[in-house]
Amino acid sequence: MRPILMKGHERPLTFLKYNRDGDLLFSCAKDHTPTVWFADNGERLGTYRGHNGAVWSCDVSRDSTRLITGSADQTAKLWNVQTGTQLFTFNFDSPARSVDFAIGDKLAVITTDPFMELTSAIHVKRITRDATEQTGESVLVIKGPQGRINRAIWGPLNSTIISAGEDAVIRIWDSETGKLLREADKESGHKKPITSLAKSADGSHFLTGSLDKSAKLWDVRTLTLIKTYVTERPVNAVALSPLLDHVVLGGGQDASAVTTTDHRAGKFEAKFYDKILQEEIGGVKGHFGPINALAFNPDGKSFSSGGEDGYVRLHHFDPDYFNIKI
Amino acid sequence: MASEVMLMNEIESTAARLGIDLDNFDYSSVKLPPGEYCGIVSDDEDVYHDDQLEFDSGFGNIIVVDNLPVVPREKFEKLEGVIRKIYSQIGVIKEDGLWMPVDPETKKTLGYCFIEYNTPQEAELAKEKTNGYKLDRAHIFAVSMFDDFDKYMRVPDEWAPPEIKPYTPGENLQKWLTDEKARDQFVIRAGTDTEVLWNDARQSKTELVYKRAYWTESFVQWSPLGTYLATVHRQGAAVWGGANTFNRLMRYAHPQVKLIDFSPGEKYLVTYSSHEPSNPRDANRVVINIFDVRTGKVMRDFKGSADEFAIGGTGGVAGVSWPVFRWGGGKEDKYFAKLGKNMISVYETETFSLIDKKSLKVENVVDFSWSPTDPIIALFVPELGGGNQPARVSLVQIPSKEELRQKNLFSVSDCKMYWQSNGDYLAVKADRYTKTKKSTYTGFELFRIKERDIPIEVLELDNKNDKIIAFAWEPKGHRFAVIHGDNPRPDVSFYSMRTAHNTGRVSKLTTLKGKQANALFWSPGGRFIVLAGLKGFNGQLEFFNVDELETMATAEHFMATDIEWDPTGRYVATSVTSVHEMENGFNVWSFNGKLLYRILKDHFFQFLWRPRPPSFLTPEKEEEIARNLKKYSKKYEAEDQDVSMLLSEQDREKRRMLKEEWDKWVSEWRRAHEEEKLERQKLRDGEASDEEEEYEAKEVEVEEVLDVSEEVLSYHEE
Repeated sequence: MRPILMKGHERPLTFLKYNRDGDLLFSCAKDHTPTVWFADNGERLGTYRGHNGAVWSCDVSRDSTRLITGSADQTAKLWNVQTGTQLFTFNFDSPARSVDFAIGDKLAVITTDPFMELTSAIHVKRITRDATEQTGESVLVIKGPQGRINRAIWGPLNSTIISAGEDAVIRIWDSETGKLLREADKESGHKKPITSLAKSADGSHFLTGSLDKSAKLWDVRTLTLIKTYVTERPVNAVALSPLLDHVVLGGGQDASAVTTTDHRAGKFEAKFYDKILQEEIGGVKGHFGPINALAFNPDGKSFSSGGEDGYVRLHHFDPDYFNIKI
Repeated sequence: MASEVMLMNEIESTAARLGIDLDNFDYSSVKLPPGEYCGIVSDDEDVYHDDQLEFDSGFGNIIVVDNLPVVPREKFEKLEGVIRKIYSQIGVIKEDGLWMPVDPETKKTLGYCFIEYNTPQEAELAKEKTNGYKLDRAHIFAVSMFDDFDKYMRVPDEWAPPEIKPYTPGENLQKWLTDEKARDQFVIRAGTDTEVLWNDARQSKTELVYKRAYWTESFVQWSPLGTYLATVHRQGAAVWGGANTFNRLMRYAHPQVKLIDFSPGEKYLVTYSSHEPSNPRDANRVVINIFDVRTGKVMRDFKGSADEFAIGGTGGVAGVSWPVFRWGGGKEDKYFAKLGKNMISVYETETFSLIDKKSLKVENVVDFSWSPTDPIIALFVPELGGGNQPARVSLVQIPSKEELRQKNLFSVSDCKMYWQSNGDYLAVKADRYTKTKKSTYTGFELFRIKERDIPIEVLELDNKNDKIIAFAWEPKGHRFAVIHGDNPRPDVSFYSMRTAHNTGRVSKLTTLKGKQANALFWSPGGRFIVLAGLKGFNGQLEFFNVDELETMATAEHFMATDIEWDPTGRYVATSVTSVHEMENGFNVWSFNGKLLYRILKDHFFQFLWRPRPPSFLTPEKEEEIARNLKKYSKKYEAEDQDVSMLLSEQDREKRRMLKEEWDKWVSEWRRAHEEEKLERQKLRDGEASDEEEEYEAKEVEVEEVLDVSEEVLSYHEE
């Protein structure tokens, strides 16, 4: 089907997130205003106004009532999804990068960037059911990795936190004590900064994308490398199909070098790979800048991509897609 | 060079991250712990074992000046001043870098001194320039490198007869030609690694022969017959070869060597370096050495300022057009020649001196080229005196220096010469002014070298105003291809030097209109040609059969920068080198344009097929084989089929394995997931929802009313 072009952001996209039911799509961009769209037809439902800097990521609660966003304005905010009102603001001393709700939505993990003398950190916050009782206190703060932490998510049963970032090392932390449990093998691991990390629908494995032009699939418990997908350009965004054994990689050459080359040279396609055979299946063209964000609809029948060009492209798969045989 | 730049970038970014200011950083203060190399591989570790002295001492920047006057203390400072003055003209003497020892008893100098420069290059230059310098009649400087002293000291006083080493048979350097599958090799350079690989086209992959990191410091080059692979280092060049791997066969000392060139029969190696002059107004100093490849001996060296070597043609390094010395006379490596001012200097390799002890005098000659097979030079002299003296192309026989043929050309602005690979034909492309002198048009003068009296034919294109973009002879053949016309869609024409009735007239075969091409690549066997659109055309490729005059395939290797046929004409390699940031790597195609495989490598610098020596078969025999090809090919076709069956079988097996592995992993995970089910439920406040998470693909029909309109239709009864 023809993709639906969603123009609502004025700056490059940074993150995309579907809610659990797959009817809403949340988008974050560098233009301070997260936006929510109908995931079916791309109609814009509303915006969440209040941030004063680029918004790097978001997560939505399982019941689709609350949204959490992390922003370069050194805050993470909780929002009422339906009304767009701010419920609470977590203040930090450096930009907030990645946010993720735990299973049960009673905890959230927020990462902050290194800033001035501060190193990067992973904060665990308790999220109360009643927003008026919410406090900004951290349950746990983990420090250690060098450079920015680009993504931190919860492991199975909320017992671990998985982080990845600029130092190209994936780490698994104990979410109770903050102890480092595992580190990805240097040999098989990424060689350049990890830009993105996405969990599979059942939470058994996760996919990391890196500027070393590859994406890697890992076991969530043992942190063993399962698969590697090699591509021709830096990977900025990854997504896993919840329905079929497919993974999608998005990226492209660095935005600063884009204007100097032909649009085809930039490789701004979203590339599909067979998850098991590690072979490329196809590509979806359209963006005229690198792809910064990818997300699969939980039903696996559509996906959306957000680019440096400021567009969100919503793709519903043709019936042929479900019969691909290689 | 590019690799160094890249490395530097990485170093800079690392330094930036660690907060180190590189500008004020003293690199020499970095010391590795003893016995620890931190994974830094020496580019040539054997060197350190073989010649400990030469490289370990690290006094390469010190010279010793002997035969100085012996002076008492009063005159010490004066002498020191004189020496300092002489030697600081050549380079910067280090602080406290001049040391003149004094006899402790007599307080007189000892008649020698040590000078330390900042770089070994300066020291070497100083040695070269001042050795034999006459301070006065009694004191002629004897300058030597400090490093050489140990060597001199170790010369035994008594002569001992050289040991006669027992003969050890050398390796078969041409073993690669006996490959059972008749595959070809190529060398690639990417990042810091240099690899020699087999092109295993049948299995659509490569097979590693030899790989080495930091094998060369700038580039690698095959010798023309493929026997050697040459590498370039700071200390000089080296050649490598062997039966099954690559061993160093010989080294050729030439500090700071920049360019190398083999003679066509690979008997000699020419190396080139240019050095910054001490006075910036002077031209660069150029050193050229000609080595015997097998013995490593310098047969002749040439030194001088760059100006002397930069006559005619531009490009190359610092205005010197490379190769300076062009080899002629076929595969025997008998002659080589250099263009000079108003002359061509032709040398012969028996004595390495000028033929008849004098150069070939040709007033105002600007270009020349050798016939690829015969000792014949074609030279070009441009128009002089505003058209009073016409331009001319002449053919000169060597060593008799007899003019075989000459052709005067009027109102010519520029000229280019193209030899056919057998030396049968010479095409001269002449750009001529129109009557108004405002524009130029192009014509060809075609010489038939092997026919009596060397007849010349003039060829003009159908539209003679067309610009010529490329020209290429069919190797060993009688046809040539021309790309002409204007961008973006020029035409490609094919001509033959024979006509149907063999009357010795050139005839046009066909013109292909509007092709996206700007370069021509004939198969080494002739018949097939790749019309390529490089650079602006982004790597368009058209594989064309000139016998049938039909296109076999069109393809694209996006951003391709280089194209090379393998020496047998079976495969074509196209590559994207590091001039582009993205897409680096190479593709290998069959001769008819089928993509066989594609390999991506970051920082890709070079792809070179290993050349093969010419076949020993006579042309008649070759023709016979070509006629009976069906008979021979049967065997290979069967083999091909077996391989492809095996491959698809292996492929299926591999896929099955992968699937099984995955399924096993998934089932294991499911079990763990199931065990944790209750706990998860608890985390969600008892919401039992794991099942819901499994989505199923269900077909749902959705009807949407887009528009409803009512219309009154008139009803007619018939």
